[in-house]
Amino acid sequence: MSGFITILLVILVFIIIYQIGKASEYAAAMRGQEVVKYKTNRVIGWMLVAFFVLGVYGIWKCDQYFKPLMLPVASCENGVKWDSMFYTTLVVTGIVFFATQAILFWFAFRYQTTEKSKSFYFAHSNKLELIWTTIPAIAMAILVAIGLRNWAAITSPAPADATVVEVVGKQFNWLVRYPGKDNELGKRDFRKINDANNVLGLDWTDPHNSDDIISQKGELHVVVGKAVKLLIGSRDVIHDVGLSHFRLKMDAVPGITTTLWFKPTITTDSMKIITGNPNFVYEISCDQMCGKGHYSMRGTIIVETQAQYDKWMSEQQTYYAESNPAPAAPAAPAAGETAPKVDSPKAVSMK
Amino acid sequence: MNNAGIIIEGPNVAHGAGAEHHGHEHHEQHFIWKYIFSQDHKMISKQFLVTGMIWAVIGALMSVFFRLQLGFPDSTFPIMEKFLGEWAKGGKLSPEFYYALVTMHGTILVFFVLTAGLSGTFANLLIPIQIGARDMASPFMNMLSYWFFFLSSIIMLVSLFVETGPASGGWTTYPPLSALKEASLGSGLGMDLWLLSMALFVVSSLLGGLNYISTILNMRTKGMTMTRMPLTIWALFFTAVLGVLSFPVLFSGFVLLIFDRNFGTSFYLSEIFIGGKALPHIGGSAILYQHLFWFLGHPEVYIIMLPGMGMASEVLSTHSRKPIFGYFAMIISLIGITLLAFLVWAHHMFVTGMSPFLGSIFVLLTLLIAVPSAVKVFNWLTTMWRGNIRFNPPMLFAIGFVSLFISGGLTGLFLGNSAIDIHLHDTYFVVAHFHIVMGVSAFFGMFAGIYHWFPKMFGRFMNNTLGYIHFFITLIGAYLIFWPMHYEGIAGMPRRYYDFSAWESFKHFQDINAFISIIATIVFFAQLVFVINFFASMYRGRKVTTMNPWGSTTLEWTTPINPGHGNWEGDIPEVYRWPYDYKDDGNGGDFISQTTPLRPGEESH
Repeated sequence: MSGFITILLVILVFIIIYQIGKASEYAAAMRGQEVVKYKTNRVIGWMLVAFFVLGVYGIWKCDQYFKPLMLPVASCENGVKWDSMFYTTLVVTGIVFFATQAILFWFAFRYQTTEKSKSFYFAHSNKLELIWTTIPAIAMAILVAIGLRNWAAITSPAPADATVVEVVGKQFNWLVRYPGKDNELGKRDFRKINDANNVLGLDWTDPHNSDDIISQKGELHVVVGKAVKLLIGSRDVIHDVGLSHFRLKMDAVPGITTTLWFKPTITTDSMKIITGNPNFVYEISCDQMCGKGHYSMRGTIIVETQAQYDKWMSEQQTYYAESNPAPAAPAAPAAGETAPKVDSPKAVSMK
Repeated sequence: MNNAGIIIEGPNVAHGAGAEHHGHEHHEQHFIWKYIFSQDHKMISKQFLVTGMIWAVIGALMSVFFRLQLGFPDSTFPIMEKFLGEWAKGGKLSPEFYYALVTMHGTILVFFVLTAGLSGTFANLLIPIQIGARDMASPFMNMLSYWFFFLSSIIMLVSLFVETGPASGGWTTYPPLSALKEASLGSGLGMDLWLLSMALFVVSSLLGGLNYISTILNMRTKGMTMTRMPLTIWALFFTAVLGVLSFPVLFSGFVLLIFDRNFGTSFYLSEIFIGGKALPHIGGSAILYQHLFWFLGHPEVYIIMLPGMGMASEVLSTHSRKPIFGYFAMIISLIGITLLAFLVWAHHMFVTGMSPFLGSIFVLLTLLIAVPSAVKVFNWLTTMWRGNIRFNPPMLFAIGFVSLFISGGLTGLFLGNSAIDIHLHDTYFVVAHFHIVMGVSAFFGMFAGIYHWFPKMFGRFMNNTLGYIHFFITLIGAYLIFWPMHYEGIAGMPRRYYDFSAWESFKHFQDINAFISIIATIVFFAQLVFVINFFASMYRGRKVTTMNPWGSTTLEWTTPINPGHGNWEGDIPEVYRWPYDYKDDGNGGDFISQTTPLRPGEESH
């Protein structure tokens, strides 16, 4: 019933608005078109000016509102460069934005028609065209130069001492594989994947696999101040490793390995202090539409000191041991309370 | 060339070997030939417009639904259950259907409204009457173009009602998500219907585009040289060129996807484990689809933008009572945009793992587009300088178009630069950017066109007061909706998320999401004011009493108030001057029509 009344009310409002529109049209016809035209024109001119002024005020208010909600300082060197490049671009575009919008609304107001105004015949000027072709071209050249310099830094080969970690997306969680003691990720094959005991399809004939560790909770542990190189893949559809706090992003494409490296500079614990948020956590968001659970495809990054990292690492069970609980050696020794649970993907994915 | 004596064949054309017979044969057409299977470009234009408007309301309503879900995840909306049934059980959208709505909203608005509804309407309406032709080069093909679009529309509409729901992989429908039925509900029958519908859409678009191009090149009236064409025609010409060259590539991408989905090929599929089993596909590339898609997808952005640019130029000039500034610069910048449109598609793919070097090239080419775009903006501004501006609804929408084009265009400089895009990619910054520039701005161009040419279409005016209400609510609303989204995007908030409450990094934007949803709903209702104004004015609007109500120079205003098929009674007028002679005509008027011969001693433009 209430729905019906709402619809009725909406219709009523539309009828009223329409009648107002019609009435003003009849009124205009009676009072003479010309007089009304100039009067309406003046009112609209002021409204446009009001729109511009209130708009600028609104932009300022909006900025105030968002300031405390934005990302904290970038957590890697290239991220800091991102921030600086972003602000450079913002200043350039900001100047153009305010200048052109101000001119647009000013011209509209200033040159509106009045009883005696006439337009000025001015059809072209090669000089003006040349000026406003050249200036944007130069501005663009500068932005491109800064961009390509940063792009080269971001996409440069990872430092030789970088820790290599594999991140694989699947509907709808992240699997993180660490190379283990031998520092080598073993071969894997999608045909060997088995959700029960081989989530990444590790090839057990490859000895490098025997000490690999897999976090099925999507926990990426990295050491502060040490470069980490991600080998990114996908088991099913395209996903994307989104690292907002590092200002980075890379697709996870089935059949292709993509890479991304960064050197984290701020630990999770320090970031809790910087942001004043005791629950702060670096999150990995999936940024490529991947199906119904896309919005819940969440991973975490724990940036910690070498000591914390070593301690955590020593508590991890190899994936082989975890997925093949050998009756001969029960109670896998290193498996502490933090050992990943096999059923965790369900917990992270759909509610 | 002189087309005065051209013969147009067809069941509903006043036949005549010579122009002098036109308009003298008032044989009544049957309803079906006049209104349904019409070959009159003006009627086809109205068909495209009305179909586009119906789609626009449907597509916008979808956005209201998913915005309500996103803005108020804890509330329930029983009204949604009424509309959507199972998909919104208990008044809450299911995630599957949320994504289906997002996908359909994008597809409908990009293709059905802003491509078919925009180009279809204005290319059909304006090309013949602005260049001085009695109809399109092939009126029959033109009719087919509409009916393929109609068929495509019906199939897309049907896909909304299949049990597994419509396509839900985003309007870009990237495989493998869109290729594998196991990957999502929407990749079932809904996706097949989506592909079929889009394939027919491409056919419609090509039939239309080829027709527009050949009409413009071959059927201009005597004296109408290319450089005397109004900028609308130039813009629609390049729009058609873009479509004809890039839609076939999209088509090929779709065909390969259809093969992958149904016939076991592996164009896009490789090394996939899904639904508990490893698939046999090896060696395909999911990225190949993205190249094929964006080779259309990017020109598509300009297919949407150019008609608006052309119409805004025309409207700004007419209602400022001043020639468009830099007519040739406008044409050259259109050419520049058209060429560059083909060379920038991979800027949508900076983070796909594409070669960084290739990325660099695309950064350079992408930012180059800013130059012709800037030239256009400065020319529009200078057109208004020292003008004699009349603030009627078309002019206001043209001003709004320029404002939004600046706002949305500038954010493109962020996204086109790969080193910035690597963070902003697929965040709300992108959503804000493209909605402002190719969504709202293109719509403003379209509205300007509708308010401006409504008198030509129906012989009546639209209501001004309703137009002003429509304009201000829409302009303010558009900025209120999309401006805050930039901030959300800079904070990394990903697009296409059903719910942010589980995310430590994004959950504090809940209030602003709710705010945006409220404004979006209001703006939706403001569009209904326009729809009501449109249909009510068709029958009850103030009648046009003079042939040239705006005091415009171009040829369409030399036709009768309600032109019949063939457009001009008697000879097609001859053209003597460029289309923007807004200057003293020597008799107190402030414009000189294109059909007025040069005065003695007067130099042509």
